[in-house]
Amino acid sequence: MNRITFSLNHLILIFGLLLMIAPVWIIFASSTHTSLFINTNGLQFLLGDNFIDNYSSVLFKTSGFFQEITALKMFFNSFIMATGIATLSVATSLMAAYGLVYYRVKYSSFIFWLIFITLLVPLELRIMPTYEIMSNLNLLNSYMGLILPISASAIATFFFRQFYKSVPDELLESAKLDGANSWKFFIDFLVPLSKTMIAAVFIFMFVFGYNQYLWPLIMTTTEQYWTVVMGLKTMYGSISHRFAFVIMSMIPPVLIIIFLQRWFIQGIFQDK
Amino acid sequence: MSFLELQNITKVYPNGTKAVNETSLNVEKGEFVVFVGPSGCGKSTLLRMIAGLEDITSGEIILDANTINNVDPSERDVAMVFQNYALYPHMTVYNNMAYGLKNRGISKQEIEDKVNEVAKLLEIDPYLSRKPSMLSGGQRQRVAMGRAIVRNPKIFLFDEPLSNLDAKLRNQMRLEIKKLQRHMGVTSIFVTHDQTEAMTLGDRIVVINDGIVEQVGTPKDIYSKPNTKFVAEFIGSPQMNIFNCKIDNGIAKIDNNSINLNKSINVDDASIGIRPDDIQISNSGSISCKANLVEYLGSDMIIYSNMGDQEFSCKLSSKIDVKSGDEFKFDIQPSLVHIFDNSSGKRID
Ligand SMILES: Nc1ncnc2c1ncn2[C@@H]1O[C@H](COP(=O)(O)OP(=O)(O)OP(=O)(O)O)[C@@H](O)[C@H]1O
Ligand SMILES: [Mg+2]
Repeated sequence: MNRITFSLNHLILIFGLLLMIAPVWIIFASSTHTSLFINTNGLQFLLGDNFIDNYSSVLFKTSGFFQEITALKMFFNSFIMATGIATLSVATSLMAAYGLVYYRVKYSSFIFWLIFITLLVPLELRIMPTYEIMSNLNLLNSYMGLILPISASAIATFFFRQFYKSVPDELLESAKLDGANSWKFFIDFLVPLSKTMIAAVFIFMFVFGYNQYLWPLIMTTTEQYWTVVMGLKTMYGSISHRFAFVIMSMIPPVLIIIFLQRWFIQGIFQDK
Repeated sequence: MSFLELQNITKVYPNGTKAVNETSLNVEKGEFVVFVGPSGCGKSTLLRMIAGLEDITSGEIILDANTINNVDPSERDVAMVFQNYALYPHMTVYNNMAYGLKNRGISKQEIEDKVNEVAKLLEIDPYLSRKPSMLSGGQRQRVAMGRAIVRNPKIFLFDEPLSNLDAKLRNQMRLEIKKLQRHMGVTSIFVTHDQTEAMTLGDRIVVINDGIVEQVGTPKDIYSKPNTKFVAEFIGSPQMNIFNCKIDNGIAKIDNNSINLNKSINVDDASIGIRPDDIQISNSGSISCKANLVEYLGSDMIIYSNMGDQEFSCKLSSKIDVKSGDEFKFDIQPSLVHIFDNSSGKRID
């Protein structure tokens, strides 16, 4: 009886897994054939032998309208942008939450809700003024320009604020008596204690930054600053090259998750 | 000048609660002082003001000849052991103890020596590399103590550090704290609402009620000569018996019984107090009462009885044969009676 439900559960799980993995696999398998082969025989389940050819030509061959950029450069751009956004938004929201919770600012809850309301105004809505600001700051066509407008996260501030509120007061008091000033309390206590949350927010913001399309499209005029997601829409190469590019575009977020998940899980277990 | 002086300290919380009222106190170097009082009387508030964790509404705190009212807690050089220990959950025991030293820029080698020495003293050296979550309550307690000791502060502050331990461990730790304090000679202030802890630990006890210091004295003073009716009732277990009565020329009238106090005083509204173990039962006793209930405690027993509508208890050796419902006779020695004026609550001698 138990064994039947057990195997049934597994069957369902395996089915779900296949459903999720199969399209990715088909794209990957197809990306290892020549375009001619795909065009004549359709999508492929089995691996072909053009892997190295296809991937290296995608990575290193220039593309774009003006042939100014390679896929490798796009990955680099996307990586800089996503890392910048994730790092900056973790840093700003950590500190904003610290200020809101630990300093007796007069209207701190009003300020907090003001920050929170910005969730209702996503970048797409404020894209004209944002563009103008960036252009006045001379930041168009720069990494800073790609990163800055998306580098403050209200939702992350909210999470950190809730977490800080649950940190017992005695910890702060005890640290104070041990000679910690406010900066030390932040760096030696709050930051390590929110490790798990930092990892979660970092992953979230990295993927969010990596997936940006409209903003980089609008604010870059030279192909030098194209990102992977922009590249996806403008790849005019052969079909198997496009598949190869799609597969590679998934790698950075997956790597970040694999890399940070250890931190994440470790944190969850240590808290218990 | 004393090592620590509190001068007319008052604390009013922003919500209007007056937690401490015009309190003055001197603590000498190396002394072990215990603040005791019922819950909510302002003990913790007073302690936290000394630590610098609450600001002072009015008054002055002088530590080691410096006014420290506006000195940041991190600069006061005091250490505090909290009720829930407040260990740093993300640091190992070693780092918990070393953190305060690191902040003062002490060399690594010296920190290591000190931490190891204190860890040995407290027998926590096997756990130095563990996180606090992997320790038992008693071990955490020791780490909290160690963290305070290792800094060698001017003053140790303890806020009910034993109340989370079970009874046996509590007694053991109580003894150990006392020994440690003797050994190190650090001026210490210990807050508790447990009178046994107060009596056994303190060189001097400060009894606080409702934000006011009722009495300061050695445990013996406080027990044998309580200054106020509150102190009389608060200190001692079982509680002191208090009888409301009128004193006429040194004779207290309780129900039909007259007790000669051997003093020529007249008080209309008085209380006389007698400790349950100061009541002496004898067949020739002048007062006779009925035992309503007898509680057997092994070597001792407690008789609950009443004179008129005023209930009282006697504690005596269980060798004496009194059972529930029996009549028993006793005397009250004038020298063992405490007399209080009900209007002021103060002791009359
Ligand atoms: N932050 C605060 N704001 C307002 N009132 C407070 C605050 N902290 C304590 N009080 C009040 O001040 C009074 C004294 O509190 P305190 O914590 O000093 O009592 P305590 O003697 O330590 O009691 P316990 O034995 O229960 O710990 C209480 O009436 C309490 O309600
Ligand atoms: Mg308290």
